[in-house]
Amino acid sequence: MSRPGKVPDRLAQIVEDFELCEGREKLELLLQYAESLPPLPAWVAADESSLEAVPECMTPVAVAAELVDGGMRFYFKVPAESPTVRGFAAIVEEGLRGATPEQVLDLPADFYLQMGLQEVLTAQRMNGMSAIVAHVKRLAVAQLA
Amino acid sequence: MNSVYAHPEYLVETEWVAAHLNDPAVRLVESNEDALLYETGHIPGAVKVDWFTTLQDRVRRDFINQSEFEALCSGLGIANDTTVVFYGDKNNWFACYAFWLFAYYGHRHLRIMNGGRLKWTQENRPLSKDVPAYPAARYHASPPDRAIRAYRDDVLRQVEHHLPLVDVRSPQEYTGELLHMPNYPQEGAMRGGHVAGAVSIPWATAVNPENGVFKTADELRRLFESKGVLPDQEVIAYCRIGERSSLTWFVLKYLLGYPRVKNYDGSWTEWGNLVGAPIEKGPGQ
Repeated sequence: MSRPGKVPDRLAQIVEDFELCEGREKLELLLQYAESLPPLPAWVAADESSLEAVPECMTPVAVAAELVDGGMRFYFKVPAESPTVRGFAAIVEEGLRGATPEQVLDLPADFYLQMGLQEVLTAQRMNGMSAIVAHVKRLAVAQLA
Repeated sequence: MNSVYAHPEYLVETEWVAAHLNDPAVRLVESNEDALLYETGHIPGAVKVDWFTTLQDRVRRDFINQSEFEALCSGLGIANDTTVVFYGDKNNWFACYAFWLFAYYGHRHLRIMNGGRLKWTQENRPLSKDVPAYPAARYHASPPDRAIRAYRDDVLRQVEHHLPLVDVRSPQEYTGELLHMPNYPQEGAMRGGHVAGAVSIPWATAVNPENGVFKTADELRRLFESKGVLPDQEVIAYCRIGERSSLTWFVLKYLLGYPRVKNYDGSWTEWGNLVGAPIEKGPGQ
């Protein structure tokens, strides 16, 4: 049967940082993440077919993945006019950097609820995060195959 | 056929806004779907409202009440005679919602900036990260204008009298194939489909996708009249939570001049959960 999954250490630290923020501070921190989302690496930018679209209604999000020394790296493309979703992508990019594919699959799908962003963004807006998490898990599965 | 909007004074162009950035009689208000977009840069001098943290009651399912609305306006430096110009992302979707709420509490001088953020940025006009603060204004709201808000009983009456209901959601939501917008599962309902007798006119068809500008009066008139939505009857528009339909409400009431138009903010997340409510599935009319 299922057992509780584990949040990788890097991501757990980010979750805790958000948890410790109150109200508006959570949004300010999310904005910092949105602004820190790294540009696509040259090999992805040169060949955008390496990006997979995350099926999401209002915001076009695309992601590519590779395995570097046994750890996952995710590369996201999110429009600048969607900073909330950029913030979600940056949290996942940084928090899961170097995690093994097994660790990515072990991540609880609702890990982000502990950050409390739904209090300032609405539960509906958190669906972008759910979609991103579901998609990086699919990319992790592909690395195991 | 009349090719001009019925009430063009409720619409301003980006040029007009650029020329009124320092006009103390004008308050620019940004209202977005994305809760962080304002912070990445907004029109200089614009204040922000957020539909969730600013405009909704935190406990009940409802928007803010009259005294909370007065406090909001006061804090944003909006007086009763201030001209309030709304704009935002995603075809002014949430800007129209904020406009509707201000109209509900009787604010008289309301505008939508045609094209919203999209057109402003396409024209390389300035954006600023400075969050302005304005001196508190005195504000007295009018009693709610029930003539622009539909409750579920109004919708039921509309069904029983075979009067026009406009469903502005995606075609898949209308037919009942989807219980929610793609990837918005928590805004679902127990039943899929549409209010019995409603016609499907997706909200974004009123806007040119390239620049977010409203379509011409002739195009809009054809869009609604071809579906049997005529100005001589009361019309109710709805979507999932009443925000997309605010844009349709604005189009019908101000651009086409329909005299009696209501927005049903309970929308599908209420109707699709209501025991015994008349629903139809499939392509409809």
